[in-house]
Amino acid sequence: MKTNPHDWLNEHGDYLYRFALARLRDQHQAEDVVQETLLAAIKNPNFSEQSSARTWLTGILKHKIIDCMRKQVRETPASQLMIDEDANMDEFFDETGHWAEKPQAWDVPQDALQQKQFLKILQQCMDRLPQKLAAIFAMRDVDEMENDEICKVLEITTTNAWVMLYRARMGLRKCLEMHW
Amino acid sequence: MLNCKQTSLLVSQSLDRRLTWRERMAVRIHLWICVYCRRFTQQLKLIRQQMSRWQQQEITRTDITLPQVARDRITKRLDTEA
Repeated sequence: MKTNPHDWLNEHGDYLYRFALARLRDQHQAEDVVQETLLAAIKNPNFSEQSSARTWLTGILKHKIIDCMRKQVRETPASQLMIDEDANMDEFFDETGHWAEKPQAWDVPQDALQQKQFLKILQQCMDRLPQKLAAIFAMRDVDEMENDEICKVLEITTTNAWVMLYRARMGLRKCLEMHW
Repeated sequence: MLNCKQTSLLVSQSLDRRLTWRERMAVRIHLWICVYCRRFTQQLKLIRQQMSRWQQQEITRTDITLPQVARDRITKRLDTEA
């Protein structure tokens, strides 16, 4: 088992970077969390022999990514996080609560090409979401973190988390509808 | 009777928590009569399913690598810390 941090960087640096970039969508932040991960790894190099170095490093990286997202959300003024349930949903619904623009039927991506195209649009739509909504959405729908855990790390209320996830999904869905 | 706005909020929450029996019934009734909210529900499920696929795709991409500048910087930091 190699424990040389330079080997970790050589063998897993690209993987860790791609993983971080997919989540944080920012090159510099992704570079920083990879660095922090390797630094943390040297300080505590007692990984279990059963798990591969990559699995172990990815585990550390996930925590660093969450720390980074937490910072982003915390730096957002509290007033912007307190999204009222009724506020600003006017772009989606009329005053009677009906769809302002009725959801259209989508083609489910079938072959590899369509699949690739769908994922490309999905990513572009993710990038258009406000950063804090994209962060919480990724925690829930990519990392599959439990709601309690998300609320704890982001220090938001459960209701707030539901509303933020709702807004993220509404935004993504609308964007996909326009471009898919 | 729920309207589409209330239904969409509950459908989204159903991905994050277990709805109460009453809520589940109310959503089910609305979905039964509303094709738009049925589509919406399917689409949210599709998005969730595609997100994990997207993550898989991104971490296996060979065209994205840790930039050399960052690699050099990290190497230096590792040397000073080691």
